[in-house]
Amino acid sequence: MIKATAKKVYIALIFIFLYAPIGTLMVLSFNASRTRAKWGGPTLKWYAALFENREIMQALWNTLLIALVSSLTAVVIGTVACIAIQGMSRRGRAVFMGITNIPMLNADIVTGISLMLLFISLGLKFGLGTILLAHITFNIPYVILSIMPRMKQLNPNTYEAALDLGASPIRAFFQVVFPDILPGILSGFLMAFTMSLDDFIITHFTKGAGVDTLSTKIYTEVKKGIKPEMYALSTLIFAAVLLLLLLVNKAPREKSEKTNKTGGI
Amino acid sequence: MHHKCSDLKRRVLKMKKWGTAACIAAASFFSLSGCAGSTSGENGEVIVYNWGEYMDPDAIAMFEEETGIRVIYDEFETNEIMYPKVEAGAAEYDVICPSDYMIQKMIQNDLLAELNFDNMPNAKENIGAQYWEQSREFDPENKYSVPYCWGTVGILYNKSMVEEPVDSWSILWDERYKDNILMQDSVRDAFMVGLKLNGYSMNSTDAAELETAKNALIQQKPLVQAYVIDQVRDKMIGNEAAIGVIYSGEAIYTQRENPDLEYVIPREGTNVWIDSWVITRDAPNKENAEKFIDFMCRPEVALKNFEYITYSTPNDAARALIEDEDIRNSTIAFPDLTQYSNLETFRYLGTEADEMYSELWKEVKSE
Repeated sequence: MIKATAKKVYIALIFIFLYAPIGTLMVLSFNASRTRAKWGGPTLKWYAALFENREIMQALWNTLLIALVSSLTAVVIGTVACIAIQGMSRRGRAVFMGITNIPMLNADIVTGISLMLLFISLGLKFGLGTILLAHITFNIPYVILSIMPRMKQLNPNTYEAALDLGASPIRAFFQVVFPDILPGILSGFLMAFTMSLDDFIITHFTKGAGVDTLSTKIYTEVKKGIKPEMYALSTLIFAAVLLLLLLVNKAPREKSEKTNKTGGI
Repeated sequence: MHHKCSDLKRRVLKMKKWGTAACIAAASFFSLSGCAGSTSGENGEVIVYNWGEYMDPDAIAMFEEETGIRVIYDEFETNEIMYPKVEAGAAEYDVICPSDYMIQKMIQNDLLAELNFDNMPNAKENIGAQYWEQSREFDPENKYSVPYCWGTVGILYNKSMVEEPVDSWSILWDERYKDNILMQDSVRDAFMVGLKLNGYSMNSTDAAELETAKNALIQQKPLVQAYVIDQVRDKMIGNEAAIGVIYSGEAIYTQRENPDLEYVIPREGTNVWIDSWVITRDAPNKENAEKFIDFMCRPEVALKNFEYITYSTPNDAARALIEDEDIRNSTIAFPDLTQYSNLETFRYLGTEADEMYSELWKEVKSE
């Protein structure tokens, strides 16, 4: 009995620590007063102000565009890289996996500054393009990391069987290999997307003048205090992510039922 | 095996084709984004790097409309994060607005251009003499910088919790206010208090003086409720503390929210900070940059920015235009600098001294 209540208290504590900050932020986004110290009555004015603020909207658009394009590109490059790594000798594979793991362990600030120096020496013009290049770069290892285990589980004979039965390599890949590694690709994509979404330091060093993402935009407000519009935006993003999670968690159940059926045939 | 080899060749060939396609796509993307970035105004552009929320967006629009110069506006959050970007030359900024000590560091490292004040009549005329004088601490000949915003650091206290009038840093060492004191959580600001309390210069590099300041800060530590930066504002408004070290720019705002609050400049003296416009040495649009700075020094524009930022303006002509008499004559926003003999401005002390400060600060924080 005591054990059961202790368990419940423990879980409750964990959830409080995880969600109390987000809850505070959500409540403050409806606070009519600018300061957190005073409750000025409920209001929706920060939400209205948010959508009228061109700079924040532009930053939001940049963030989503960069996250989407960089993670899609990273998924393509990462998948191709996985195929190549899979085809290597055991030793080559170990070496290459080591090399791709290093950027993930590397501190962001080191990656950021070295990318900046590289872009300068290449004479690139800093702007959206350089941010995108940087994000693709740091996203690739995450994609490889999530696809590789799936690759290893593959039965290599199925691909060769497809070739023997007359499929072209591309077709064999898409019909035989691709469906099996798809969950890995999807989780790699999601991981890359979120990594790109909340990256600050690498973006800071690789962005050009006048181009902002949400994280760099919010950070510049530190000196004068973060504006309540940002609370409103964060609340909306949180709600969107929650919705997405609910949808994603619902989807696989239906899918696994379906695959079971086709498996039966 | 043979089968596999030819297969590989085919795959590589196909990959090559895809590779070229991807290259073309990427190239067209970058050239496209390059085009989008280079649409400049009819009279060129100027690239500005300023603190976040440190200018009324209308002022930029007015400048663009009047001059036909397109403003590419970028923001930073601390001097330290701005510096490496400018030093590396990642983005070619024309105009930047760093703080005092950082300007000195940039002058020393040859990153700034001398200004031509003949192109900036408004700057010459409207900025008050005392601000040019104070600027000499970091720009000795007034050659590189034009003051934009300034303020002091002082004590904000709650009259309902502190009975006697406050006029000295020593109140922060008063046992009666245990757990009701807020200190600034940054090395130089914290040591400024410790050094000034003991009558030393806040730009001291003397080991013995710093040691004294460190001991004072350690002695104060049990009384301090928290070391914070911008939470001072909210905590003081919410009556969560009695005394706090705060920047004067925040003081008027906090008073408006909570009338019990009072701001003083301690008699031992304090820090006068100045954020000034500078132009980079390799500025691609130096002429436009000077036009931009001059525009920001016009009385109406400076007034607009003062109302937006609420930090004190060094622009005397703009101050004369402030309608609210209480603010125009406020001794918080516009203290008479000549009344104090012990006001100082932060100087860049060099890497060795920087290390000494952070070493001592670590000792204070870990005590």
